[in-house]
Amino acid sequence: MTTQEHAVEQVHRDDIRSKMGMWLFLFSELLLFGGLFFMYSVYRFMHQQDFSIASKEMNTFLGTLNTVILLTSSLTMALSIAAIQRGKKALSIFLQIVTILFGLAFMVNKVIEWSHEFAEGNFPGSASLANRPPGQILYFGLYYSMVGLHGLHVLVGMTVIGFMTVFTIRGKITQDNYVKLEAAGLYWHLVDIIWIFLFPLFYLIT
Amino acid sequence: MEEAKEHSKHAHGYGIYVLVWLALVTLTGLTAAVAGINFGKLSIVVAIIIAVIKSYLVLTEFMHLKTEQRTFKAFIFVALFFIIISLALLFSDYSFYVR
Repeated sequence: MTTQEHAVEQVHRDDIRSKMGMWLFLFSELLLFGGLFFMYSVYRFMHQQDFSIASKEMNTFLGTLNTVILLTSSLTMALSIAAIQRGKKALSIFLQIVTILFGLAFMVNKVIEWSHEFAEGNFPGSASLANRPPGQILYFGLYYSMVGLHGLHVLVGMTVIGFMTVFTIRGKITQDNYVKLEAAGLYWHLVDIIWIFLFPLFYLIT
Repeated sequence: MEEAKEHSKHAHGYGIYVLVWLALVTLTGLTAAVAGINFGKLSIVVAIIIAVIKSYLVLTEFMHLKTEQRTFKAFIFVALFFIIISLALLFSDYSFYVR
């Protein structure tokens, strides 16, 4: 046992720098979405009327529901870290799985929304969309690319948290070594923050 | 080893997370409710202000920035500073094309 403890101490670990690396990655994500938000802001400024008309077709109820789902998933993610900090492995695993399930619920709502949009002919490149004013075409183009890219991030986040759950079960994430889980949490919260901005910008234009 | 110890020093409370979540959900309800009222040009300002408050809560509490070292805060400050600068430059440039 003592030799094992000794071996553990010799493994090089630097949690602060690990987290710093994660933050640097998050800044690159910020630039990725930042560019899209810049594009959105200029086009919205150019076509205020069209953006307002097009956004009326959004399902505000599902949008609000998805916001609450994502915020709640952020809560369960943060709680899973608090649980592992207290050495409550089973609770942490449970909360991680709940987080993934909330992510899944978010994606299911997205599928419902998008199939409805597609059924109405509002998909990129469709004939009925092409006949609309340029501002509305831009709105739907931005909607599909930005919300789609965000959805992709939700899927990636769910996968990453899935790996963390396996690590926790196998004892690679423990009360003394949970920096991986924290990094996954940072990613998940960033995805949440991006949605916090996407929601009012696409669903709530007056 | 010392750093690992220092790291586990801040065990985050369950209670504060639930409170932050409640605030976030309330603010979401507020954005949705306020969107029904027509403030004209101010509508977008109100929506952005609420989104910024929500992001601040997520950053400081859920993302642990409150208990993180000062370096992290400096990083984020610099990143956000440049985003705002880019946006300001974008619109100052764009205003030349409008008229």
